[in-house]
This record gives sequence, structure tokens and C-alpha cells, in this order.
Amino acid sequence: MTQVLDKPVELGTPASPAERTARRRAFLEWIAIHSLGVAAALFFTLPFVFVFLTSLMSDTQALSRDLIPHTWEWGNYKKVFDTPGFLTWWKNTLIYAGLGTVLSVASSIPVAYALAKFRFRGRNLSLMLVISMMMLPPQVVIIPMYLFWAKQLDLSGTLWPLIIPMAFGDAFTIFLLRQFLLTIPNEYLDAAKVDGCGELRTLLRVVLPMAKPGIAAVALFQFFYAWNDYFGPQIYASENPGAWTLSYGLESFKGAHHTDWNLTMAATVLVMAPVILVFFFAQKAFVEGVTLTGVKG
Amino acid sequence: MATITLASKRRRSGLAAKQRKQALRTFAFMSPWLIGFAVFFAYPMISTIYFSFMHYDGFKPPTWSGTKNWTYVFEHYPLFWPALRNTLWLVVITVTLRVLFGLGVGLLITKIKTATGVFRTLFYLPYLAPPVAATMAFAFLLNPGTGPVNSILEKIGIPAPGWFNDPAWSKPALTLLALWGIGDLMVIFMAALLDVPKEQYEAAELDGASAWQRFRFVTLPNISPIVMFAVVTGVIQAMQYYTQPLIAGKVASGVIQGAGTQFEPGYPEKSTLTLPQLVYNLGFQRFDYGSACVVALVLFVLSMAFTALLMRRRGGLNLAGD
Repeated sequence: MTQVLDKPVELGTPASPAERTARRRAFLEWIAIHSLGVAAALFFTLPFVFVFLTSLMSDTQALSRDLIPHTWEWGNYKKVFDTPGFLTWWKNTLIYAGLGTVLSVASSIPVAYALAKFRFRGRNLSLMLVISMMMLPPQVVIIPMYLFWAKQLDLSGTLWPLIIPMAFGDAFTIFLLRQFLLTIPNEYLDAAKVDGCGELRTLLRVVLPMAKPGIAAVALFQFFYAWNDYFGPQIYASENPGAWTLSYGLESFKGAHHTDWNLTMAATVLVMAPVILVFFFAQKAFVEGVTLTGVKG
Repeated sequence: MATITLASKRRRSGLAAKQRKQALRTFAFMSPWLIGFAVFFAYPMISTIYFSFMHYDGFKPPTWSGTKNWTYVFEHYPLFWPALRNTLWLVVITVTLRVLFGLGVGLLITKIKTATGVFRTLFYLPYLAPPVAATMAFAFLLNPGTGPVNSILEKIGIPAPGWFNDPAWSKPALTLLALWGIGDLMVIFMAALLDVPKEQYEAAELDGASAWQRFRFVTLPNISPIVMFAVVTGVIQAMQYYTQPLIAGKVASGVIQGAGTQFEPGYPEKSTLTLPQLVYNLGFQRFDYGSACVVALVLFVLSMAFTALLMRRRGGLNLAGD
């Protein structure tokens, strides 16, 4: 780019042979890169396309090798909604994802703020423990946790064992928020303190408004985490279909409809669609969040 | 003299009061996580270690069993070594391919100058597909009977593999699924590539460096911490791989929850088993909580070893505060 701009523009003079080969090379490179781009785009989008097309096929055609529906059976989607339980799974997912997100963000903000801006003994140790918790697979502690929730509190068959812990700071949310809060210059905090704000007021009045993009990003991640969670509902909710979530119920859908790939794919589309819709509305916050998880060498 | 000592004493006690207040404030801000840490991490970790030495089925009270669970898991449990071998396969092949592909797609997106936003969004979308839904989609796309992929392959005349129904092809099929969801790595690599100082490229070009030399001697050294980060997080993810292999195995074997039939873990032929699935199998299907805790601890040690790598200065997370 800069090269092109640096060159003096000579209007009217014919291009020299050297310039012409350079231009031809640039053009060929453009073609090569964009063909690769289109090939990659096909790899990433065709699975969605095939799933969507199959979801609109008739029962008999879904068992054939055709790729395009002969008749467009939009009624498949109605059949999915009419499946007993489907609306309940939808409701449960919204409760788990919505309540879980609010609780985890609210409880993680003060912790992230302390880790980013306070100086205290044990801060680095706390941070390392937060990262360890973030990297800990849920299966490691599942036996005692299950015994705790199911045998001592009698909460199996509900989603509460998944929602309540969110009120005590989520490691991933804390870590990501802390990374974001580090980017807020300390001068703002000092100025607030000079004006007589205590730490809590500084956090609420000065830091939170500046941290909105970071909060949006972690809220999205948390929402998607709950939406996608399979292991949690499998452990705690499996015995009670009334507590299933979409991610968990989707799999049983295949069982209820045996080889009806069309209905299974329609249900799959309905589980994917909300996530993708949310992404389109909040793309910027999301990409920012993914970059936050990255590193600075 | 006297007044001076008094003043400094007062200042010192004032300082102590301020420090106490600060400590209290820090404690208050940290308290949600401190409780969470104690109840959802410290307690269950200690408890997991305890149960790994106990015989416990969830009904009769736990009894001491020494190292019985440990020898059972390592020497007699038929699923342990296959699961570890699968994990090694995933670490070596899937993680390598994902890092290379992520870097490639990241490079490609920085070179695309027309409709960049559209390409970027299309490349990113699969990463968002919920794992259960994405795995169901791939189980359909790759199903040997009527799946679109095999239909197309056969039309072209390429012998179609059995994918999730063939033990030799089930992990490559999972790899394909993992490559489809490359969006996270693409974004991280893209950001890193755009951060490489332009002057270094210009200097290299003036010295007559070829495209490959520019990549090798300018791009790679600049992004090596991010490559390292991608490898380490990839290894951790591979060890914790759960939902995708489980759903793929279940759908391909045709055994679905609630149908009453027992699912053969790791279908086909244990080829999709991973360590987290063993915790479920031992704890919630065989009610052998003690042995489940042994596998959980193996998973813990492996995860934490690689997390420690992540916390090193270079190629780690940016932990420097202030």
C-alpha cells in the first residue's frame, strides 16, 4: 500500500515494462489470494448450507442422497417446536444462560478490579489460582461436587448446581475483565480519589462506564458458555427432562426421531441460530473479547 | 525531641490503621472469589484426593482401600490406556494442524483486500456453533450412508471413508470438525500479524528478501509468543476434549440417551475415548467414585503441568500488572 502511495503519480506517461510486470504480478497475486479466500469460505459455510437444506427436506428425501430439497418443508420447524419438551429446554437454557451471566459478571467485577488495580500481598498468587481454576476441566472436581449438590443439598434434577456457583466469581470472567481493566490508565482512578471518591464509588462511577466493552465481551462469553454447556446438564439435569437445556436435549432428539435427519437438522439449526444472531448484533464486543484472551509477548 | 517522636509515632499508627483499612477493603472486593475458591476448588480438590483412596459407590459409606483404585485404573481398567493414546494422537496431530491452519487462515485474512469483513465473518462463524449442534451437523454431513460429503466423494470417484463409524477415521473426522471451528485462533493470529511493525517488512524488502524469507525472518519471530500460546492452550483443550467425541460416538453408534441401551464408550472401538469421558464412565455409569477420582487427578496433573507453561513470562499470558 505505502509503496503505491509513495510513488509519484505520473499522468499521461505510458507505464514502463518493469511497472507493467509489477502490476501484472500484483493482479495475479490478488486472484490467487481471493481464490483461496473463496475456497476457504466454501469450507466454512457449506456445512451450514447442507444442514439448512436438509432441514427443509421431506422425511423420505432426507434418507436419500439428494442435496437440494424437492419440496420445501417449512413445516419441519413447526414439528420441532411441537416436540414435547422443546419449549421447556428453550426456557431452561435462557434461565441458565441469563441468570448465570448476570450473577457471574456481577460477582466477578470487584474481584477483577482488585486484581488489576490494588496492590496487596498474595495478588500474584491469587491470579495464578484464578488461571488454574480457569484451566481446570469440570470433570476433575465433579465427584465431590456432585455428591455435595445431589446428596447433601438434594438439588439434582435441577439447574441450580450450575447457576449458584456463578454468584461466586467465574475464573474466566475474572481473568478476562482483569486484562481489560489493566488497559484503563491509573490517572483516571487517581483523579477520582482526589475528588474524594472511595474505592467502591471509583469502581461504580469511573471504572465501570469505561469498562463497558470489556463487560459486554465477558457477558457474551458467559452466555455462550451456558448455552453450549453439555457436561453440566448431563450430570445434574439428566434424570429430569423438565430441567434439560437445548444443548442437552438436542441429542435426545436424534433418538426420538431415529433416522429423521430432516427434523434433527431443523432442531440443530434452531440451537445454532440464536448464537449466530447474537453474534451479528454484538460482533465488535465479541472479537474484542477473543483478542483479549490472547497475549502480549 | 519528645514532640518529634510523638509525631512520628502517631504517623506510624496512622499508617497501620490505613494499611488495616486497605487490607479489609481488598478482602471485601476479593470475597466472592475467595468463597468460590474455597467451596468449588479447594474443598473438592482435597475431597477428590481423599476419595481416590476410598472405596465408595455412593450408597454404602466409603471405606479405606489404599492404592487399590490406582492399580485398578493403571493396570486393569480397559479404557484408560486407549483414552491416553487417543489424547496423544489429538495433541500431536489435531493441535499441530489447528495451529498451522489457524495461522494460514489468519495470514489469508490479512492479505484479502476485497470484502474483508464478509470473509472474516464467514471464517469466524463455525467457531460459534454450539459443540453439540456442530457435532450433530458433522455426524450428518459425514454419515457413510446418505451424507452429502460421501455422496460428493463417490460422485468424483474417491473412495469414501466411514468417518465416525470407522475407528481409523473417527479421529480424523473430529479433526475436521476442530479445523472447521478455527475462528478463535484466526482472530488471535490476525491480531498478532497486524501488530508486526511495518518498517521491518519494508527493511526486509529493501534487502531483497523473498516472500518466504520475509515470513521466516520477520513474521515468525514476531508472532512466536502467540504460536506458543496457541500450542499450549491447544494441548490443554485436547486433554479436556469431551462433548464432541462423546456426541460423535453416540450419534454414530445410534445409541441415544434415554433409549435404555448402554452406550459403548468411545465408539467405534474406543477410538473416540478421552480422559474426561472416563470420569463419567467410572463415576456415573459404574458408580466407582474412587477410581473416577484417580482419573480426575491424572487429568488435573496433566492440565496443570501445561497451565504452568502458560504462566511463564515468554509465550504465556500477559500477567504483568500496573
